[in-house]
Amino acid sequence: MTSFQDRAHFALRDAQLRRNLSVVTTTIREKRAAAVAELPDWDALTEAGAALKDDVLAHLDRYLLELERNVTGVGGVVHWARDATDANRIVGDLVAATGTREVVKVKSLTTDEIGLNDALAAREVTAIETDLAELIVQLGEDTPSHILVPAIHKNRAQIRELFAARLGLGELSDDPAALVDAARRYLRQRFLRAPVGISGANFAVAATGTVCVVESEGNGRMCTTLPETLITVMGIEKVVPTLRDLEVFLQLLPRSSTAERMNPYTSLWTGVHERDGPRSFHLVLLDNGRTNVLADEVGRQTLRCIRCSACLNVCPVYARTGGHAYGSVYPGPIGAILTPQLEGLRRAGSLPYASSLCGACADVCPVRIDIPRVLVHLRAREVAQRAAPDVERISMQALARAFASPRRFERLLRLARRGRRVPGIDRLPGPLRAWGRVRELPAVPDESFRDWWRRERGG
Amino acid sequence: MAVTTASCRRGARFQPRSVARKPRERPDGSSLNVALFIACFNDALFPSTGRAVVTLLERLGHRIEFPLGQTCCGQMHFNSGYRDEALPLARHFVDVFGGYDVVVSPSASCVGMVREQYPRLAEDADAAFADQVGAVVPSVFELSEFLVDRLGVDDVGAYYPHRVTYHPTCHGLRALRLGDRPLRLLRRVRGIDLIELPDAEECCGFGGTFAVKNADVSAAMLGDKVSCIARTRAEVCTAGDNSCLMHIGGGLARLNAAARTIHLAEILAATEARSGA
Repeated sequence: MTSFQDRAHFALRDAQLRRNLSVVTTTIREKRAAAVAELPDWDALTEAGAALKDDVLAHLDRYLLELERNVTGVGGVVHWARDATDANRIVGDLVAATGTREVVKVKSLTTDEIGLNDALAAREVTAIETDLAELIVQLGEDTPSHILVPAIHKNRAQIRELFAARLGLGELSDDPAALVDAARRYLRQRFLRAPVGISGANFAVAATGTVCVVESEGNGRMCTTLPETLITVMGIEKVVPTLRDLEVFLQLLPRSSTAERMNPYTSLWTGVHERDGPRSFHLVLLDNGRTNVLADEVGRQTLRCIRCSACLNVCPVYARTGGHAYGSVYPGPIGAILTPQLEGLRRAGSLPYASSLCGACADVCPVRIDIPRVLVHLRAREVAQRAAPDVERISMQALARAFASPRRFERLLRLARRGRRVPGIDRLPGPLRAWGRVRELPAVPDESFRDWWRRERGG
Repeated sequence: MAVTTASCRRGARFQPRSVARKPRERPDGSSLNVALFIACFNDALFPSTGRAVVTLLERLGHRIEFPLGQTCCGQMHFNSGYRDEALPLARHFVDVFGGYDVVVSPSASCVGMVREQYPRLAEDADAAFADQVGAVVPSVFELSEFLVDRLGVDDVGAYYPHRVTYHPTCHGLRALRLGDRPLRLLRRVRGIDLIELPDAEECCGFGGTFAVKNADVSAAMLGDKVSCIARTRAEVCTAGDNSCLMHIGGGLARLNAAARTIHLAEILAATEARSGA
């Protein structure tokens, strides 16, 4: 299993990636700050967002059953999926029942999380991503590297090349309008012929059975309105109690994610209707590890996340490594806490360490997730689940013993002073070597502070 | 050295705290008995910072005590996932520093550890420890907080004729919310040529064990910080945490860069009569 450290090592050497990331994250950071500063009640909004989500998490069972009842009541069908395999089987069967070989998809992290496109491909169904950035990723046989801007690692020159090669367009400029036009021409015919649309959900309202998708292009709305069959795969934590609660989230989300005052395309649908929209609607409620997250008192706040990606844009680690280094559908600070909880620390145990704990993420989170706190909590869980005591644990425990007693601490200080004269100490293996690769080691002074104090002040 | 080693062997050096911590009588309301919490790496690696705090606070008329029983606040252990190992260190800290009116530290991140994390450690521990934490936490101040908020001064009578840029460390900025307190102090230093650091609020990449566990990313962050410092053409980069400065200074030194690092306390302690350490 490669670690974040290994993947970051290579990502950092990609100058084009560094440049692309730096341009986009810097721009969006400033825009978000301005969009948030416009609202005098932003703090109250984030407090409300966090409180609403906490209420949902505390009564998730009740809200989900209410949602099921109300979706069923308006002609939808609700399916429960324990894990990715379950969800992929359910969606695969539903698609197979229509007999189609092609489905159109709304940008959705949840379907990426379960690997739906690959699961459908195994059943000879092509899933076409219709979000422009997801399309870029799909055409490039690539993976997304940002929650909101999946192709953030590509600039328009790179996108022009990709479109020219994959869409059979020889003459294509790298003007954004031309690139968008090329994508539109490619996608439009597919919207019109696809009998099945597949989406995720930003929110689902328990009281009415209404599902909500928030997007910027309108392509999502094509997928949710044109096909005969609509299938939505939704993480169970996305339920909200009432329509009115969207008042809070539809302010928090666009300002945090795209720095817009209002989201361009907000689609809400409630069941199926005669002569309008899909004839059949299926809602797949996905657990896939979420109930484990819910069981962890400190970790559960992670499930408040509304996938705005503000934490990615302000993260100094993400801004340098990009999303692929996280090896996860959810990159950045939120990925560093969500992925290890969903997939387990054995698979994703390097992610909680992918942070300097600078706290910039917590400052911008619209639902007040204390990401540094959860990171430290997960580090403790990671240390606890290691099979055998390793060098790190043995040294940490030895240091803790030394620090717990002033006498042993002083002995350690004297040892450090003696150790400074060891030649080539910066070439030692282990942590000192990693330090010495790019930094000088500080010289250990002749006299510690406490020795000076004793000498000057007599203790 | 010989004196120190000999004196270390005397058991009486580490008196029970009931004796050691008792605040002395204040002759008038104007001076405080202040316990210095130096932070372990300052004790070992940056004693000049500790001496500067003593010089500065004594110049302002306060009596400083240095409880010799102090060791380490446990931040490295806590943040690296060694919560069980951090707890005895936190217990030791509240034993040593309990009972003082004011505890001052030239380390924003260690003060952050005490203020933010000790109450969380106490949640899982016994009620007696929780009480001790509750009593100690309000008395612990980062240096610039103590000067600006508790003493109400921003002109400390310093003189430092150098071109200086200030890096706000993450714990100072986002855990303690120090805001512009350090800058208010620096602006009143005579002779100083204070210049703003571009992208100042971006983390320098130290992050404790992050610097070695994710050494490559840490180095990339350091590289950007160092180039921002270079753009200021400052001789000195200052901050309220020697841990971050050790990382930044180590990078500057490796590059033979024009700037060096120095703790805020050492600038504030410098006067015409006594130049900075």
